[in-house]
Amino acid sequence: MKKPRILIAKPGLDGHDRGAKVVARGLADAGFEVIYTGLHQTPEQITEAAIQEDVDAVGLSILSGAHMTLFPRVMELLREKGGQNIMVFGGGIIPMDDAVELKRMGVAEIFGPGTSISEIVSFLKRRLG
Amino acid sequence: MGKKEWYRKHYEPSGLDKEKFTTLSGTELEPLYTPEDVEDLDYEHDLGYPGCYPYTRGIRPTMYRGRLWTMRQFSGFGTAEDTNRRYKFLLERGQTGLSVAFDMPTIMGRDSDDPLSEGEVGRCGVAIDSLQDMEILFEGIPLREITTSMTINGPAAVLLAFYLCVGEKQGASFRELGGTIQNDILKEYIAQKSWIFPPRPSMRIITDILAFCSAEVPRWNTISISGYHIREAGSTAVQELAFTLADGFAYVEAGIAAGLDVDSFAPRLSFFFNSHLDFFEEIAKFRAARRIWARHMKEKYGAKDPRSWMMRFHTQTAGCSLTAQQPENNIVRTAFEALAAVLGGTQSLHTNSLDETLALPTEKAVQIALRTQQIIAHETGVTNVIDPLGGSYFIEALTERMEREAEEYFRRIEEQGGVLACIENGFFQREIADAAYRYQMEIERGERIVVGVNRFQDPEENLDIEILKIDPEVERRQRERLARLRAERSAAEVERTLEALKEGARGDANLMPLIIDCARAYCTEGEIIGALKEVFGEYREKPIY
Repeated sequence: MKKPRILIAKPGLDGHDRGAKVVARGLADAGFEVIYTGLHQTPEQITEAAIQEDVDAVGLSILSGAHMTLFPRVMELLREKGGQNIMVFGGGIIPMDDAVELKRMGVAEIFGPGTSISEIVSFLKRRLG
Repeated sequence: MGKKEWYRKHYEPSGLDKEKFTTLSGTELEPLYTPEDVEDLDYEHDLGYPGCYPYTRGIRPTMYRGRLWTMRQFSGFGTAEDTNRRYKFLLERGQTGLSVAFDMPTIMGRDSDDPLSEGEVGRCGVAIDSLQDMEILFEGIPLREITTSMTINGPAAVLLAFYLCVGEKQGASFRELGGTIQNDILKEYIAQKSWIFPPRPSMRIITDILAFCSAEVPRWNTISISGYHIREAGSTAVQELAFTLADGFAYVEAGIAAGLDVDSFAPRLSFFFNSHLDFFEEIAKFRAARRIWARHMKEKYGAKDPRSWMMRFHTQTAGCSLTAQQPENNIVRTAFEALAAVLGGTQSLHTNSLDETLALPTEKAVQIALRTQQIIAHETGVTNVIDPLGGSYFIEALTERMEREAEEYFRRIEEQGGVLACIENGFFQREIADAAYRYQMEIERGERIVVGVNRFQDPEENLDIEILKIDPEVERRQRERLARLRAERSAAEVERTLEALKEGARGDANLMPLIIDCARAYCTEGEIIGALKEVFGEYREKPIY
């Protein structure tokens, strides 16, 4: 069976990439194919990378507070470009109310501070079969 | 009885000698420290008196007896008006210095109407597009009477220019203004990742600032060499110590290479450290930092002015140590971290608020954070004696060990061709990413306990604390103000000053006076940075994890 492919992306302007990098490495160690976009990516760049790399899921990491603009934009672009089956999940500094709202918009899960890699791994394994 | 004998007779039988006890950074600790551990310590050479070389025990002879540290809470959000209100709130409650947090577009040198700024305006700091916003930010706050620290790096020259112009408008001369710009571009490439230009032109801008301020703004701290972000990115305490000081030495070398006398700029270099949870490791780190800086400045760089030897630093408690789970516990974590910073001899301190793992702090949370500092200062008695832990066998042995390990890093950095070469080959980035991953794995395996996260969880927990919300209207209002500014200012002046700046950047003119001219003409930050980008280009990092 093919390994699930995950794109870890840093949208927006903030440079706090500790979480994204730790998760990327953790997922790779757990047997996923991981692509990391690097910093300062626009929703357009992220969507394009997700489709081109034919990933199963996109993990967005954000701390700057721009999540309510950037997450929905990525979802919308994925739908427009034929990537509606790509699962989107995220993490970072995201207040509870916003997390609830994002999940209502179709984000599969928001992993807050203190989440362990193993939680993310088991979530992805469950959802991506 | 010697230590070995005690160990064999009294400790070994416990069986505990097979277990590892380490600092937060993984340094292995002995069960006991005795005079044997500090045999090589020479009081005059390694410690000295407070206010005396090598300043291990503090940079001032009287330390907190004479003057407390500056209580400087970092804050900024929304528009300049919103932040101006928060500053007045903090000053009324006894804060003694200001510290400006800018939003991401400002930090990246972009205006609020730049397409990449969408969703980011005023979110994690205040939006500043031009001198006009800066005037509003400090309205009713006399800059002659207060010092201001600005956490800004890539566009530091521009924000400094805005600040100087606001002071000028309030009737203060450049010579009367005091404060700090972070302006530490090397740590941006290493850890914080908000860079604009490639490293080499960035270093030129920094030496221009050094030269300009030595001559015109003598009370300004021109670089706050920052370990804080290196630590937040996941480094160990020793890496924070070593990489920060290595950056400091790189600035000194750049200043000397640009033809400046080391004593003309070194006294205005200051530092910024993280204070994490391992109490003694942090205290030892601060003491080691002062000693290493003094020794290198005097012995290696030939500085003659004692003020060039003295390391002054600001400290912030560790944001990355706070938990979203049971956030009230963050008050306790922050208090211990702040205490370590004070026992380590900091000159200025920011204490984090309990809600910062969730959002920007509310007024109530920031007041508790400030009160934490005031309680340490006025109730605990720790300020009565200078360097009260000096001479502790353990503290001195750990200080010495950290110094040695930092020196080992300097050797490895030198071997690879220096700091810029190590940024380009990814050495720092890899070392930090490895340490961050190791730390995460220790937590996952339960080897490292984080209260409320992997132990002592509260299954009933219901996260019910107040959250500061940034109104999405902020972005619209800020863009409107910017549009009005663009329409009202003199387009000819804008064009003339920006052209002069580009011309200067292509040659070797000092850029500061040219940027100040742009600021006075109400050029926006994005326009000024854009002009420089045309000449210097932009930096891109190769993503590694």
